[in-house]
Amino acid sequence: MNVKAIMLILMACAVSAPASGQGFAGLGSDAGGFEMPGPGPFDFPADHGPHPTFRIEWWYVTANLTAADGTEYGAQWTLFRNALAPHEAGGWASPQIWLAHAALTTATQHLAAEKLARGGIGQAGVTAEPFGAWIDDWELSDHMAARGEGFAFDLALHATGPIVAQGDGGYSVKSAAGQASRYYSQPFYAASGEVELDGKRIPVTGTAWMDREWSSQPLAADQTGWDWFSLSFDDGARLMGFRLRGATDFVSATWIGADGRPEPQPPGALRLTPLRSTTVAGREMPVEWRLELPAKGLDITTRALNDQAWNALSVPYWEGPIRAEGSHPGHGYLEMTGR
Amino acid sequence: MTGPMFALSALLSHWARHKVQAALLLLGLALATALLTGVQAINAEARASYDRAASALSQDNLPRLVAERITVADYVALRRAGWPVSPVIEGEALIGGQTLRLIGIEPLTLPSGVAPDIGLAGDPTGFLTGEVILSAEALNDPRVRPAELPSGVALTDIGVAAGILGPEISYLLLTGDRPAPPGYALIHPATTDLSQLTESFHLNLAAFGYLAFGVGLFIVHSAIGLAFEQRRGMFRTLRALGLSARALTGLLLAELLVFALVAGAAGVLLGWLIAGALLPDVAATLRGLYGAEVGSGLTLRPVWWLSGLGIAVLGMLASAGQSLWRLGRLPVLAPAQSRAWGRESARAMRAQALAGAGLIGLGAALLAVRGLWAGFGVLAGLLLGGALMLPMLMAALTRAGQRLSRGTVAQWFWADTRQQLPGLSLALMALLLALAANIGVGTMVGSFRTSFTTWIDQRLAADLYVEAADEADATRLLAWLGNRAEALPMIRTTDGGTQIVGMVDHPLFRRAWPLLRALPDPWARLDAGDVFINEQLALRRGLAPGDRVEQGVIAGIYPDYGNPMPQVILSWDRHRALYPLPVLRYALITDIRAAEIRAAFPRVVVEDRAAIRKASVAVFERTFAVTAALNVLTLGVAALAMFASLLTLSSLRLPQVAPVWAMGLTRGRLAQLEFLRTLALAALICGLALPLGLALAWVLLAVVNVEAFGWRLPMLLFPGDWLRLGLLSLLAAGLAAALPVRWLARIAPAELLKVFAHER
Repeated sequence: MNVKAIMLILMACAVSAPASGQGFAGLGSDAGGFEMPGPGPFDFPADHGPHPTFRIEWWYVTANLTAADGTEYGAQWTLFRNALAPHEAGGWASPQIWLAHAALTTATQHLAAEKLARGGIGQAGVTAEPFGAWIDDWELSDHMAARGEGFAFDLALHATGPIVAQGDGGYSVKSAAGQASRYYSQPFYAASGEVELDGKRIPVTGTAWMDREWSSQPLAADQTGWDWFSLSFDDGARLMGFRLRGATDFVSATWIGADGRPEPQPPGALRLTPLRSTTVAGREMPVEWRLELPAKGLDITTRALNDQAWNALSVPYWEGPIRAEGSHPGHGYLEMTGR
Repeated sequence: MTGPMFALSALLSHWARHKVQAALLLLGLALATALLTGVQAINAEARASYDRAASALSQDNLPRLVAERITVADYVALRRAGWPVSPVIEGEALIGGQTLRLIGIEPLTLPSGVAPDIGLAGDPTGFLTGEVILSAEALNDPRVRPAELPSGVALTDIGVAAGILGPEISYLLLTGDRPAPPGYALIHPATTDLSQLTESFHLNLAAFGYLAFGVGLFIVHSAIGLAFEQRRGMFRTLRALGLSARALTGLLLAELLVFALVAGAAGVLLGWLIAGALLPDVAATLRGLYGAEVGSGLTLRPVWWLSGLGIAVLGMLASAGQSLWRLGRLPVLAPAQSRAWGRESARAMRAQALAGAGLIGLGAALLAVRGLWAGFGVLAGLLLGGALMLPMLMAALTRAGQRLSRGTVAQWFWADTRQQLPGLSLALMALLLALAANIGVGTMVGSFRTSFTTWIDQRLAADLYVEAADEADATRLLAWLGNRAEALPMIRTTDGGTQIVGMVDHPLFRRAWPLLRALPDPWARLDAGDVFINEQLALRRGLAPGDRVEQGVIAGIYPDYGNPMPQVILSWDRHRALYPLPVLRYALITDIRAAEIRAAFPRVVVEDRAAIRKASVAVFERTFAVTAALNVLTLGVAALAMFASLLTLSSLRLPQVAPVWAMGLTRGRLAQLEFLRTLALAALICGLALPLGLALAWVLLAVVNVEAFGWRLPMLLFPGDWLRLGLLSLLAAGLAAALPVRWLARIAPAELLKVFAHER
């Protein structure tokens, strides 16, 4: 069986897909039997753990790193939970499927790896207290570690600020029709450790950002892709912003002050303008953007560290470190599904 | 009607008047095509099964980790330590009333390209979390869905397999080149696949197919020769009427093509029937001998039609080439004098015999070369050479018969027999080949059977053989047996395509494993760390006692009939140290009955000595059932060839018979003599076939078997079989001669008189 078939499993989890299509990676399909997210406060630490009655969930960490000689690196550690049925069961009968991506990016290289595991037997999973997420020998707890063909990283993570609820107190609306997810972030990690590239180990330090999100139907049927920014500015403020592309684009953003106080921005307040595109894996990807948020006096240009930061995995997408210049210099990560 | 159409209808009118001849031509070609396509169909079906098996279950090509016991927790611990392993739960299971090899896979960690496209896209949730079993068999079980899988195999999710076979993991597939983690043994995949293993078997079948085809072409050749001979007058007339030689040849070619296509189509259908009838036996043999699963269903593939018709046309052209060539060069006004068909001058006969001797010499030279193809080369040289030398030998024998006989009639009898030889030689060759093949194969199978049964009686020394489903079951069984039975553990694993057996030093096994060759005190050496190897391995690698294999110094070599795999025996302790596997099989020395154990332990497989012996002998018999069936068919084809030739000759021989009749021999007496002659010829052929057949048997036993299977057997003689075969061929010859002889006995005297009146 090839990985493509596995991904088809994940894609086909919808009981009945809307005729108009399933959007990107099946995220726009019906919720069929799964719990729907609603507004309300988070329940920590339980909400750090998995929510098996929701169809999809992820633990998503990206890190911008610098070596002693000034060389920049980006590291990604992602664990997806995909439920074939809205419950958990012990042993092989578990309908929970885990999928993980890890990547290491330099200005000239982008290496990515993927892992798959089923729930119920302990090969992959997440515990809330103490927090730990794992799949095989990849781990995320107070450190994040992964290893793939030609690369590895092991970074200690230390939170320097509070957890931030995205959207309306953690209820993040994804379309005008009301599709939504539960969404919180930890954008204030200090990261330090080692990256390994082609057998060479390099000490690095930097910042990291974790996104936590779960939903059962996060996208509207016509939403086929997105461009997603997480930015850490030199002055300590943070910005999360995304554009979901559909019949009409849906743009959402949260401004996070240096003290960690979130200021959700009204839909469309953030203006995203592609400046330069390049061909990646046969697709046109905008790798340079202009971001404007007038309410905060923000007007920046972002450039990719490596234009070719393409995760050529079973579901391929662009995920790479970016640098911001302009009114608010800083760095961050950009994720694009392409068209 | 145009000129050519008139000519064509004239040519075809011959067949309307000679229906038996037409039937013979069609039958000969159809039979030849049928045997060849049938054998090819069987081989193609088997190979397709292997390909399916190879593409569907390439997990067999991956190294695997085994241990005495692997739990899910063990598996997870390995994964979390970074080992790229994927678990498999595998075992025999009764599904929908059929025992299948159930393979439970874990699709998410299974290395890419290992399992077939199992249709996950259609119903992924079903495979991963539902109860879905994929199988190519039609099974009466709601969980089963059809899939392109090897027969006898069912594929399912590991969770389903755990529910049926128990939670313990059978083995872990390992990707990448890594050593085994502590507590596990690494088993390497076999370096040879099924198609290589079974190649010799299929080569055997194919050789028989070609032999039968060759014999069948003899019939076609004689029938065409007869038809051309009888139409010489017509050809001359047509040519005199203005039909060009080219047009005539073209028309005859078209006629032959039509015959070839009709016979080819019949042959393909017949071949399909033959293949369908033989395939279950072949499948059973392949399963018993090689563990290769071959489906018993046969579909009539379009490619068979193509190849079958092609074979028929080629065979027809090969058989008719000589006749057409002569016709093309026939002068327009050549006298329509009756030429003794196929007559060869003494010189041509000598040249042919010389070529035959050369072929036999070439075959003998090939004995020096190793390899199965060389072995078949020896066989071909022997058979063809023997056939080519036949006319010369027969001429010498009939000359001797003439010298030894008293009286004019007897002398005429031998001289006339010799006169007939050129016309009969092809049929006689066919008979010789069929008989020699029968004697050769019969001797080989008989020798094998005798050695095999002696050997298996020796090998099956214990009273009962038991196999527990898991180690807990085995422990309970041993406790239950207590001191009512002596239980000797047995274990075998396959590593890198070699079977590795762990053997307890016990008088029973010492008796059961007689050694062909050994160093002094071999069993003590085995305990000390040396090994025994089977004859197959020794022959394949040219090893002798005292040489080394990877596992140690060879202390002894033992016969291991019926096993296509190389095998190495280690002492029990060494095997345990190398391969920490659960011990599930025991040989019991006991007077407890099998049924008693079965009643107490339903999950334990119990076999008594007699049952295993019966099953093994059955596998053996089936192995050669196909050979025997093809043998009979070949003999039948040869008898037909004989009949065709005699029929041909009977009408051509009137000029020779008429003077004898005129001199006072009655038609009845003539017919009697004709009949006797046929029997005498058949008897002579039997006598000549015996040495040829024995030579064939020797090559089969000492060369082909050794190359194909890896065992050398003593050649035993079975004169009773020869006698039966001799009588059978006399009977066949008698039947073949019956019709022509009857015709001669009742021929109108006027016909004989016409010979003298030049009115033929």
